[in-house]
Amino acid sequence: MGALEAVILTIITASTPLLLAAIGELVTERSGVLNLGVEGMMIMGAVCGFAAAYTTHSALLGVGAGLLAGVGMSLLFAFLTQTLMTSQVATGLSLTLLGLGLSGMIGEGFTGLPGIKLEALNIPFLSDIPFIGPVIFGHDILVYGSLFIVAGVAYVLFRTRLGLIITAVGGNHHSAHALGYNVLRVRYGCIAFGGACSGLAGAYLSLAYTPQWIENMSSGRGWIALALVVFSTWLPKRLLVGAYLFGTVWIMGLYVQALGVDIPSQLLSSLPYLVTIVALIIISGNKTLTKVNTPACIGQPFAPER
Amino acid sequence: MNETGANETSKYLLEARNITKVFGELRANDDVTLSLKPGEIHALLGENGAGKSTLVKIIYGSLRATSGHLFWRGRAVTVPNPAAARELGIGMVFQHFSLFDALTVTQNISLALPSDVDIGALSGRIETVSNDYGLPLRPDALVADLSVGERQRIEIVRCLLQEPRLLIMDEPTAVLTPQEADQLFVTLARLASEGCGVLYISHRLEEVRRICHDATILRHGKLAARVDPQQETAASLAALMVGTEVAAVRTDKGTAPGAPLLELSGLSLATDDQFGVSLKNINLAVRAGEIVAVAGVAGNGQGEFFDALSGELTSSNNATVKIAGVGCGREGITQRRRRDAAFVPEERLGHGAVPNFPLSENVVLTHHSVEATRLETGDGMAGSAVVRNGMIDRDAARYVNRVVTELFDVRKGTPDPEAQSLSGGNLQKFVVGREMALQPRVLVVNQPTWGVDAGAAALIRQALIDLARGGSAVLVISQDLDEIFEVADRIAVISRGEMSQAYPSEELSLERIGLLMAGAHEAVARNAGEAGAA
Repeated sequence: MGALEAVILTIITASTPLLLAAIGELVTERSGVLNLGVEGMMIMGAVCGFAAAYTTHSALLGVGAGLLAGVGMSLLFAFLTQTLMTSQVATGLSLTLLGLGLSGMIGEGFTGLPGIKLEALNIPFLSDIPFIGPVIFGHDILVYGSLFIVAGVAYVLFRTRLGLIITAVGGNHHSAHALGYNVLRVRYGCIAFGGACSGLAGAYLSLAYTPQWIENMSSGRGWIALALVVFSTWLPKRLLVGAYLFGTVWIMGLYVQALGVDIPSQLLSSLPYLVTIVALIIISGNKTLTKVNTPACIGQPFAPER
Repeated sequence: MNETGANETSKYLLEARNITKVFGELRANDDVTLSLKPGEIHALLGENGAGKSTLVKIIYGSLRATSGHLFWRGRAVTVPNPAAARELGIGMVFQHFSLFDALTVTQNISLALPSDVDIGALSGRIETVSNDYGLPLRPDALVADLSVGERQRIEIVRCLLQEPRLLIMDEPTAVLTPQEADQLFVTLARLASEGCGVLYISHRLEEVRRICHDATILRHGKLAARVDPQQETAASLAALMVGTEVAAVRTDKGTAPGAPLLELSGLSLATDDQFGVSLKNINLAVRAGEIVAVAGVAGNGQGEFFDALSGELTSSNNATVKIAGVGCGREGITQRRRRDAAFVPEERLGHGAVPNFPLSENVVLTHHSVEATRLETGDGMAGSAVVRNGMIDRDAARYVNRVVTELFDVRKGTPDPEAQSLSGGNLQKFVVGREMALQPRVLVVNQPTWGVDAGAAALIRQALIDLARGGSAVLVISQDLDEIFEVADRIAVISRGEMSQAYPSEELSLERIGLLMAGAHEAVARNAGEAGAA
């Protein structure tokens, strides 16, 4: 395997969890809900995914468990913020704290155990082509899944009635309600979708990125995903660019460090943030597009009058 | 002719019988009955809080009645949600539009149609129907880019596409120019002639008399009267709504106006908001003793104009805004208040008052930089400054609050309640009265009686007139032409951020104002010039 191949593969591995978590949060925010609990949902996905895979010896079951853990966490968030009308910001932050604590407890017996790795899909012939094989056809199901989800979200948001309804609910929940749409049901659905994606992102960390359980292994990726959503101006296409740009600069930084280039490591580790923010600010220069895509009701609670 | 109940009911398109709706302690609707025939334009009248919106929301299925029954073409029905209402053939045009800024006209309309409608073919249908009824629309335009009149057209076309048997309109003309309103009346008359019933809510009694065949009047949630509006006068309709005669505003023209106290010269202000309006070279002077009104359709720069006057937006050129002859374009709102000016913004809750502050603290928010209130109730207690040496004098603030609420008849449960607990009309009286208490030399007020009932509106307008006659300069920004003609000595019209000159109000006809509102400054100016030359 050549050096370039290795670099590209690590970039894809580094970007996938960000992309998964961010695309879920994008849908949640499009419906007008700000869920700051991405980090908590992600780490719960990681620990539950690992635990299930270790117990059943099946990485795929682990992926399923991670997804369910994310959904479970997000439904707790949905119940608190949508039904009990708690503050979304405070509840989201608590969800992150809860997830970090709870995952540590669940994962206590699993620390240091050998993990089950999510194997790459082996496509006959295609995966064997030099360079192109490993780079394009040599990944696991979640890498393809993340790209498929991004494409699917873009299609649903901009080509279907469901997407129109989600955008409408996030843009003006009073109008949506007046037209007879069930705002809370749409939001519950979008929150759960966000949870599922965060759970998958977590499962990817503990089953593919580093196939083992380490406490706090999400290490702030949930927050990066949140930032990516905002900087992508809620557009899936830009989100894809942003997530991969972040992953690229991050990995390049690691390689540069490994090569012993004399740049302060603090600067290198802050570089992905800087580059991503600058790049996304530049591509979001179109103010109209930004304004139109920003969910106007984001973070606002909604209580239908009856 | 009352031998069978069945025939009796079936001649009605819609009947709402004995509707009661209770919110907590409040009976928003109390045993209200309304019936409407096909092809009839039926007015639903009442003051703010009389229960009109509650009743139509029950008919449209957005609210559930506590008790009472709905009959649709003689048959008892339940309307659990708006979709069910639309299925029956009931369409509604909301007062606060239920539109989505970020979506196109077609997308907005498709959201209100059944899910099996083909979106691809919808654009064509929208164009056909909208042109057919004289309501032109571009299907792919973004709602955020449209004027208020155009937005209303979307709502109407959206209803028409569902081929409604009953169209409910909640204050449709409040946001239209007179010409746009006339066009709407043509559309409504056509719909009625096709057999569609129209339930028409409006505060504008003259237009109700003009277009409606029947009227149901509500007062405090109860049915007050059922009358033929064409047999009534606007004054008698108003009396039925309020329950007593509404005091006519005394509009005696004062003595000749004095020196200009508020002068704007070459005021331009670019907006950085995508949906905002830039002000372009505005020149206007308001003299001591007069009221100048700025008319215009919503969203033509009134908000920006108010902000530029109050100092919420400052100008780079100090001389563009002068108060009592002193340039203050670069000064903020507190400094302008110290120049003896006062400002009442449009949005009373959130901008004019902090919702969860008691009224006395809301007094402090605009009185903190001035010496003392000048209004007195006559009980001999003198006002004193509410803030001295940086410390708040709560007694002084409560005193101002008491004076204001007494003089302006602000009805409240406790002596010093939170601003948000007041009804809209009462809070408006408070917000206007609070600035009146300063007896400012310059008062700028945006939408002084927006959403306020007839009694409160008369009181506020009288106070504005009295203040001007006392030697102050008053500038009123309003979208209500009746109000403008009632109070203004001179009228200017704002359109797309440009201001016409101020014409004496007796020289302006409704038609000319309408032309100015639509932005035809030059045409009107030329006509005026020709009329002057002739």
